[in-house]
Amino acid sequence: MKPINFSSFYPDFFVERLENKCIKCKICVKECTYEVHTWDEKKKILKEDHGKCVGCHRCEAMCPTDAIIIKRHPSQFREHHLWNPYFIKNIYKQADKGGVLLSSTGCDLPLKIYFDHLVIDACQVTNPPIDPLREPMELRTYIGSKPEKLEVEKTETGYKLKKALPPLIKLEMPIIFSGMSYGSISLHIHQGLAHAAKELGILYNTGEGGLHSSLYEYKDHIVVQCASGRFGVNVDYLDAGVAIEIKIGQGAKPGIGGHLPGEKVNEEISKTRMIPLGTDALSPAPHHDIYSIEDLKGLIYALKEATDYKKPVFVKVAAVNNIAAIASGIVRAGADAVVIDGVRGGTGAAPTMFRQYVGIPIELAISAVDKRLREEGIRHKTTLIASGGIRCSADVVKAIALGADLVAIGTPLLIAVGCTLCQRCYTGKCPWGIATNNPELIKRLPPEVVYEKVYNLMNGWKSEIKEMLGAMGLNSIESLRSNRDKLRAIGLTKEEMEILEVKHAGE
Amino acid sequence: MSIILNVGDWSYTKVNQYIREKISEGETEFELHGVNGHRYLFAGIKQKIKAKIWGVPGLDLGCFMSGPEIHVYGNVQDACGNTMEKGKIVVYGMGGDVIGYSMRGGKIFIKGDVGYRVGIHMKAYQDKHPVIVIGGKTGDFLGEYMAGGTIIVLGLFSQHPEKPITGKFLGTGMHGGVIYIRGELDPFFLGKNLKISPITDEDLTYLKTILTEYCADMDENLESIINYRFSKITPLSHRPYGNLYAY
Repeated sequence: MKPINFSSFYPDFFVERLENKCIKCKICVKECTYEVHTWDEKKKILKEDHGKCVGCHRCEAMCPTDAIIIKRHPSQFREHHLWNPYFIKNIYKQADKGGVLLSSTGCDLPLKIYFDHLVIDACQVTNPPIDPLREPMELRTYIGSKPEKLEVEKTETGYKLKKALPPLIKLEMPIIFSGMSYGSISLHIHQGLAHAAKELGILYNTGEGGLHSSLYEYKDHIVVQCASGRFGVNVDYLDAGVAIEIKIGQGAKPGIGGHLPGEKVNEEISKTRMIPLGTDALSPAPHHDIYSIEDLKGLIYALKEATDYKKPVFVKVAAVNNIAAIASGIVRAGADAVVIDGVRGGTGAAPTMFRQYVGIPIELAISAVDKRLREEGIRHKTTLIASGGIRCSADVVKAIALGADLVAIGTPLLIAVGCTLCQRCYTGKCPWGIATNNPELIKRLPPEVVYEKVYNLMNGWKSEIKEMLGAMGLNSIESLRSNRDKLRAIGLTKEEMEILEVKHAGE
Repeated sequence: MSIILNVGDWSYTKVNQYIREKISEGETEFELHGVNGHRYLFAGIKQKIKAKIWGVPGLDLGCFMSGPEIHVYGNVQDACGNTMEKGKIVVYGMGGDVIGYSMRGGKIFIKGDVGYRVGIHMKAYQDKHPVIVIGGKTGDFLGEYMAGGTIIVLGLFSQHPEKPITGKFLGTGMHGGVIYIRGELDPFFLGKNLKISPITDEDLTYLKTILTEYCADMDENLESIINYRFSKITPLSHRPYGNLYAY
């Protein structure tokens, strides 16, 4: 008997071909990696298999005559508030294949987006706004542990610090790039991001896939990641960047590890991860040398010793229920920066249940952590980096006002280079040449394009942040940090406002 | 000439800094006495130096190292050889947990027993092939997630003659590499998706090469170790979780 696949009966998308516009150039056939479009040589017509369409819009964008429209499939199930098509189709999928549901990008549920319930202050009459076009505006941010006090002594030639400062990294704006591994995204993206980070005076993060040999030249702008799988981690790698990030978890999948399937481990990836061709790259859920804060301290100092205390060590964790206490422990373990990734943080592949339902929003997490660290008098000892769901420069401003020193972004960078959030990164077939390492597909997105787009985006955000700071009457990003008075809430409960430490609008 | 140090009241940072300084001056041999829980000794050292340690080094001995040969006249604590890439660690006593975590190359020889999760996530790559030889017995999860390299367990020089040679869940998630056990292994101790097979002539030749070196270091008799039945444990698949997902 032929197997019945219920999941194939009801397509998500509908490919509409406008026959009066189509010139049968077959570009759509070539562009679609999911084989939606086919050419029937006998009948000389183009055909489409709606069921295979993931909604990436590549064919639509590339069609020279605008003859293709990708829509949601009009076929509908009978309305049911509880059993909406999403759940029905997921059950079909699992009944057909019997496995764990996979998703890409961050949580897409309509959870409350706290950023959208916060508004930003501006000066009116009683104090003057500052015009960043004509007055100095400081976005410079330093990552690293700051000393409790500075002691200065007089020497014959002038003054100097009694004690050397711990290693600090200078950034020209309060944004860095999140870790996205080479494997989950293409080498061209890594090359473009590293180049952009250099020009912008910020940092690019290798993710846990090692550092490709072509990227060692960007060493002053690289954060190397050390995750549980230790892929591509050796002394040269640890020495290759300006900071080391211990990845404990990520917002899209707190508490679990990662799998890069063997079919994605091609020659270059195998070299970079230092694993044989075609084997699965499995990252265990925990670092098996870390079962406690004391053990984390063990790894932090192992990395510091191995690199001679020259680089700050970051610890990246997902925002979970007890994040404030966890972050406090991480700081006490000696982390120079704590990266907190909220529930909306993106991923190349995560089990759907984790992506959707595990973890808490970054807005609440960062505020709670900042508050806790201040109460304990250890806020200066670390740099707080917020990530997971930052969509625009106003989100950056709000995250910093809620207590972050800076933010890390990933998804906006991918959107900047063409991602349409079809959320099928895990297939490795990305027609936009982003989440793939197919040698033909990556040619669709050269590193120079990535560099240019990302550079442009960041420049735009930089100007906007300066404008917003100026409007608030601030002339440095430092004055915004943890400055909740610059925010007001709209439509939040008392409890939410307490956690965020913001007043309601009108108060 | 060896640099001879008594590090009893030195901090580990001071010891490592001193060693680095001396290495940069061209020194290649070190003797450390009075080692008492000093962590991270020889962390990230790339030079082919030689070191002898008396006492018990702490956490992460030789982590990330890529070259040194270290002999420890005592026991080692957890995570010795963590993410090590090249070199050799010989321990004349026992070892703690997660010895050789994510090790990519080099050798770790331990005379006695070891703790849990030894050789976890070991990998092999190109000419790099990590090897751990354990003279005694092991705790649970030996070779968990193992992706390459070789672990040999002899079960001979153990403080626990009554215990089985390895703990439970041996090789759970293993998808590369080989574990050799001297003697028989009850499949009860084995993780999923693994097979036990008798060794081939090729295996025997390889075991002889490694164990000759081990016996030379440990001053043991090769014949009496090798003339015995060995079991070989390998994964059934390089893709143990290939069918885990529904797309």
